Parts: sequence; C-alpha cells; structure tokens
Amino acid sequence: MSDGAQPMVRAEGVRKSFGQVEVLKGIDLDVQSGEVVCVIGPSGSGKSTFLRCINHLEQVTAGRLWVNGHLVGYRERGGKLYELRDKEVSAQRRDIGMVFQRFNLFPHMTALENVMEAPVQVKGVRKADARRRGIELLERVGLAERVHNYPNQLSGGQQQRVAIARALAMEPSLMLFDEPTSALDPELVGEVLDVMRGLAQSGMTMVVVTHEMGFAREVGDKLVFMDDGVVVEVGDPRQVLGDPQHVRTRAFLSKVL
Amino acid sequence: MAAEAPDTTRPAPPEPIEAVPVRHPGRWIATAVIAVLAAMFVHMLVTNPVFQWDFMLDNMFTPAVLRGAQTTLIMTVLAMVLGVVLGIVLAVMRLSPNPVVSGTAWTYIWFFRAIPRIVLLFFCANLGAMYGTYELGIPFDQQLMGWLGLSGDLRFLGLDGNQIFAGFTAGLLGLVLSEGAYMAEIVRAGIQSVDPGQVEAANALGMSRGKAMRRIVLPQAMRVIIPPTGNETIAMLKDTSLLIAVPVTTELNFQLRAIGSRTFQIIPMAVASILWYLALSSLLMVGQHFLERRFSRGFGTRETKAQRAARQAREIGNTK
Ligand SMILES: Nc1ncnc2c1ncn2[C@@H]1O[C@H](COP(=O)(O)OP(=O)(O)O)[C@@H](O)[C@H]1O
Ligand SMILES: [Mg+2]
Repeated sequence: MSDGAQPMVRAEGVRKSFGQVEVLKGIDLDVQSGEVVCVIGPSGSGKSTFLRCINHLEQVTAGRLWVNGHLVGYRERGGKLYELRDKEVSAQRRDIGMVFQRFNLFPHMTALENVMEAPVQVKGVRKADARRRGIELLERVGLAERVHNYPNQLSGGQQQRVAIARALAMEPSLMLFDEPTSALDPELVGEVLDVMRGLAQSGMTMVVVTHEMGFAREVGDKLVFMDDGVVVEVGDPRQVLGDPQHVRTRAFLSKVL
Repeated sequence: MAAEAPDTTRPAPPEPIEAVPVRHPGRWIATAVIAVLAAMFVHMLVTNPVFQWDFMLDNMFTPAVLRGAQTTLIMTVLAMVLGVVLGIVLAVMRLSPNPVVSGTAWTYIWFFRAIPRIVLLFFCANLGAMYGTYELGIPFDQQLMGWLGLSGDLRFLGLDGNQIFAGFTAGLLGLVLSEGAYMAEIVRAGIQSVDPGQVEAANALGMSRGKAMRRIVLPQAMRVIIPPTGNETIAMLKDTSLLIAVPVTTELNFQLRAIGSRTFQIIPMAVASILWYLALSSLLMVGQHFLERRFSRGFGTRETKAQRAARQAREIGNTK
C-alpha cells in the first residue's frame, strides 16, 4: 500500500457478462494516483459498466480489479477467491466517490443533509462536525446560498454540484464520474466542469466517462477510447484526439467532433 | 388628442373583456333537485319518532360507551402500529434474493389475506384450547434431551393459554396477523416505487443494504405507503367492531348496541354508533394529514422552516 508506484486502479483482463451477453471483453487499464483519466466511446460500449465494476456495483465475471492495492469484492487466500461480505464491500466503497449521470441525490434531504448523511451514518462523524464540513464543501462547489434547499428546488447543474460535494464528504481517494454533464442543459455544463477542473487541480485521482472532448483534452492526463467492451486506444488526450491511431477511434471521433 | 400626447405614453391597455357567460341551466336544475331531497331528509330526521334524539344524546356518552370508544381507538392504533411493523418485515422478506425467505413471506401473505377477519378472530380466541400452556424454550427439547439420555426439558417461560388468548390480546393478535399481510403488499409497492438509483447512490457512499433501506428507501417509500395506510387505518377502526367474535365486550359498537337492546331503542343507538365512527375516523384523518405533510418534504415546493429563516435573514441583510 505504501508503495508509491502502485496504481490507484489496476484492471487486468476484466470481463463482465449479463447472462449470455458479454459487455466487457477483457479490459486492461492502470490509473496512477493523482491522474485524471477520461473515457470516451460510443453508447453501449461498456463505459458505465466498467466504472460500476470499479466500486463493485457490478461484480466482474473474470479478470482482476484492484483499487489502492485491494482486490475489489474478493479476498485472495491460498490461490482461492473468497467473496467479501456486504459490510466489507461497503468499507471498500468508502474510499471511492461516484457521481452519476442522473445525480441521484436523496430527494427527501436538503443539500446539506445529503452531504452530511454518509459521514454521519457510515463513518460515525459527529453531526456538528459533519455540518461544518458539509457547509465548507458546498461553499467549495459554489452553493453556499443553497445549503437548505431540497434537490427539487435546485437546477440540474446545482444538483450535480451537490452530488460532487456529497461524494467528497467521504474524503475519497478516487472519484468516478459517469457522464456527469450529459443530463444537463448546455448552459449548465460549464459550472459542473469548472468544479471538476478544480478537483483535478487539487490532485484528486479521477476516472471520468464523458462526451466533453474539450474537458478531456484540457484536464485529462490520459484518454481511453472504448468500443464494444474493449479498450481500443489509450494515450495522451491531445494525441488521441488530434491523431487517432485506430480506425474505430477515427470513425467515432469523426461523428462527435 | 392622441397626436398631442407626448411620445412616451404607451398605447392604452386593451379594455378587459366583458362577454356574456355561458348559461348552465342543468346546474340549476340539479341544485334544486338536491335541495328538495335534502330538505325531505332533514324533515324525516326531525319528525320521524324512531330517532329519539334526546334519548340518543343522553345515552351515547355514558362511561361504558366512553370506555368503549377508548378501547376501540387503542385497539386500532396498536393493531396498525404492529401491523405496519409486521408489514415492513414481510415486505423486506418478500424482496429478499433468498427464495426461501421471499417464499415464506409470499405464503404468509397468501394465507392471511384469504381469511376473513371475523374467522381469524374467532380462531385466535380459541387458541387456548390448542395447548393448555404456551412455553418458551429450545425447540424439540424433549426429543433432544431423550436422545442425550437425560430427562426433563429446556423451557424458560410458561404461560396459561386460556389467559393469553382471551379478550384484548386475542383480538389484537388476530387483527395484527391479518393487517400485516395487507400492509406487506402496500409497503412492497412503496419500496419498489423508489428509484433504484437511490440505493446505488447510498451503496456507492458506503452504506450497507440495511442502512440504505432504513435511511434512504423507506423514508421515500412512505410517500406512497401513507395514503393506502390511511385507508387501512380507517378500515381497522371499523373492523374493531368484529371483536365481538372473540369476544371483546368493552369495544364501542358492542356497548352502544347493548344499550339499544336493553332499552329497545335500536335505531337511536345505531345512529349513535354511526356518529361515533364518523367522529373517530375524522380524528384519524387529521393524523394522516400531518403524516403526509411530514413525508412529502423535498417533493412539493413548500418553503421549509430553515429556508424561511435563511430568506428572512437575507432580506433583513438587504434592507440594512
Ligand atoms: N444490468 C444490466 N443487465 C443487462 N444488460 C446490461 C446491464 N447493464 C448494462 N447492460 C448492457 O451492457 C451494455 C453496455 O452498457 P453500458 O456500460 O451502460 O454502456 P455505456 O455506458 O458505454 O453506454 C449495453 O448493451 C447494456 O444494454
Ligand atoms: Mg453509460
């Protein structure tokens, strides 16, 4: 764990099937600590499924996946894999923040309560401390005025920023973003990307599934192009976007750029 | 005139529309018919001697009747609270990935929904006849001890069956067993109405299945659960009159009817019964209203207390 060179995420031959359908067909990928990795690819190529495997919302069917040196969802002993219990899986997820396309804020709680919920309920942080920290985080995403609003009283961009603050409240070492701006009106995309840019500059390790090529080029350290359950091309974002090596990457980019 | 007016004046706003409204003669006819029928009804209530209003008023608030109303209300509330708890347990079991657990819940619901409450109540009242005493201990203890070559049993607590399954407890048991089955289906529908993304978000934050259920899913499911539960509560209030099958004689309807049969004033006391149930169910509706408000937080557009305070603070700040 203390090994500095150890990647934050390491995927080796990760496969995932739903019934007969194989959605991930062997993904190999390393994400170094502090790196921002952007993932692009056509709809249905398995980007969300891969992200969900990283925090064990989906169980991989073959291959190995490590986060921070820990095997995700299993314990390996004597060459055998043992499934982790519900409690142990939950403990693994505490270090991983996730932001969803549809925000998934808790509608029966105010913005502040959303942000306080996990620290208080999961980590046992004292309410007063969680409140102070929650207000700080909401200020950081530019929502100091909105702490007592319920999600349905906020715009999409504001909701997504609350969702980011909620994930940050658990002080994760890795943040996963699944198309965080795809459900937003165009004029609200910028405010969310600004928050994410700030987060990247603060040194957070991030895996971002996105269609925002500008963000990928500017903020990403690495760009991954996925198609049909495999990683087709990985590289420096400028390079991949400017001079794609693979014909499938070129075909995809010619459609979206 | 208009030409002399300064340029800055805007054209006069169009004058408000004054049109002849559509007439609705049908409405007037309906109103007249209903008024006549209502007058006839009131006339009948006042003039028909069977109602005996004075007698009714004198007898519908006797101490025995008031105790009966109290029993009925307490029974309703207890049966509903325990029934809801049982329903939540059954609903969570029903949604379990373990087929034995969900099958057990299904069987329970299938069984207890099929039995008329009055039949179940009668059965519960006579559970005392099944075993003389009910004991708490290790299952199959006598067989187990015999097998180990020992004599005796492993029982800690013994209760007289005829005592526990009499009156209030038997009645409560029957109503809770039955209500649990109905509530299970209501709660299940409520749980399933919550967006699965909510559980995912909770899990992604490191919440366990149980905690996500308690903190995230159930509070949201309450919005869907409460209105049908209000119906169930009012049905329960009325079904306490079935306690006659146990019998629980301190219950409201029994007391009112007893006065009616004793004095041969059947109709006044039946009307008294109607009025009592109306009053009690109105009381329960008020409770439902407040519960619904509590659990609709975040779904309406109502301003919350904290928001109002914050807004007022801002406004005071602005005017300074
Ligand atoms: N729970 C599931 N059950 C069955 N099929 C699924 C499930 N989740 C995703 N899939 C399928 O997996 C494929 C990849 O989906 P997804 O990872 O969401 O793609 P992307 O995010 O790249 O658009 C799709 O064909 C989708 O239908
Ligand atoms: Mg997706």
